[in-house]
Amino acid sequence: MTELNLIATSDICRYHEVEYTFISSLEEAGLIELKVVGKTTYIPDSELQKLEKMIRMHHELEINIAGIEAISHLLQRIEQMQEEMRQLRNRLRR
Amino acid sequence: MAFIDYYQILGVSKTASEKDIKNAYRKLARKYHPDLNPNDTESNKKFQQLNEANEVLSDPEKRKKYDQYGENWQRGEEYEKYEQQKQNRQQGAYTGGNTSSFEGFGDESFSDFFQSMFGGGGGSRGRQTKYRGQDYNAELQLTLKEISETHKQTLTVNGKNIRITIPAGVENGQIIKIAGHGGPGVSGGPAGDLYITFLVAEDQRFKRDGSDLYYTYKLDLYTAVLGGEITVDTLNSKVKVKVKPETQNGTKVKLKGKGLLVYKKENQFGDFYITYEVQIPVNLTEKQKKLFEELREIANQVKS
Repeated sequence: MTELNLIATSDICRYHEVEYTFISSLEEAGLIELKVVGKTTYIPDSELQKLEKMIRMHHELEINIAGIEAISHLLQRIEQMQEEMRQLRNRLRR
Repeated sequence: MAFIDYYQILGVSKTASEKDIKNAYRKLARKYHPDLNPNDTESNKKFQQLNEANEVLSDPEKRKKYDQYGENWQRGEEYEKYEQQKQNRQQGAYTGGNTSSFEGFGDESFSDFFQSMFGGGGGSRGRQTKYRGQDYNAELQLTLKEISETHKQTLTVNGKNIRITIPAGVENGQIIKIAGHGGPGVSGGPAGDLYITFLVAEDQRFKRDGSDLYYTYKLDLYTAVLGGEITVDTLNSKVKVKVKPETQNGTKVKLKGKGLLVYKKENQFGDFYITYEVQIPVNLTEKQKKLFEELREIANQVKS
């Protein structure tokens, strides 16, 4: 099993100046996974990059949670399509 | 070093208000933000230019300086130095706070033009500062033979040696992430990641589709007609293959499990496909010609 590094959400909130509800709403939307150990909520460091990306969207582009949700799904599809295109290009080379 | 028209980048006029600039920046940032344009270097470049333009035009002091010197910015710089010297003399041994090591995006994301006019990268960004180091992208050329087995290779990325394991069966264009091997973090933040794109060169002999390999074998006419045994060089071994009598041109034969190792699967191999290309003999001797004529006669008799 790989070891999970957990970061307390309260640290993230302080660090990035976001409210806890922002993070918990993202979890409710199924965009990130949180872990609860004891009484503290943590975020695994594997999820951190995703979360920080969403915080950037929120702060720098002023996109609300609903918007972030929609964008995340579209981005996922774009990435899938890019992957598919790469595979198709490889097959064309043959 | 060329003059950069920040107004043009943001698509606003020189008389644009602070609000106009803010709006223009926001609109364009939403379009070109790197988070919204994955794997698009063109957009990323545009976004950097936007940031730079915004950094200057949204700051009244910088905007003033930019407007004042405009295309004569190089002379402006000299003037500025002169002014500074004068000030320094007046203030005696004042050592300015310009030596802050805090650089936000990092110097390299701003143009030379910006650096020469305003010095290092802008630090007025507050909480938007990127603490995480930059992600690096690297490409690695591999041959088909190199990806037939899992092996280790040492790479030099930005002067640092990194030993990575290249799993057998990686696809052309596949990207792996090596966490923590990107640029160093700012103010104690985590380092960025290193992304390596594998470029698998085309092989002259074999065509590849996933873990399957395709190979065209030039089969002589006699073996095709009468059958026999041939030896085929696969990627890493020699395989004896029985050819059935009366094998037609273009016939495909599958050698199960003689292809590439399937990515991240131990002991699971793709298949090896042979297509026979029957070679018609050339430069026939008189005797051969005679025998072929005989064959033709017999063939005509059989038909009728």
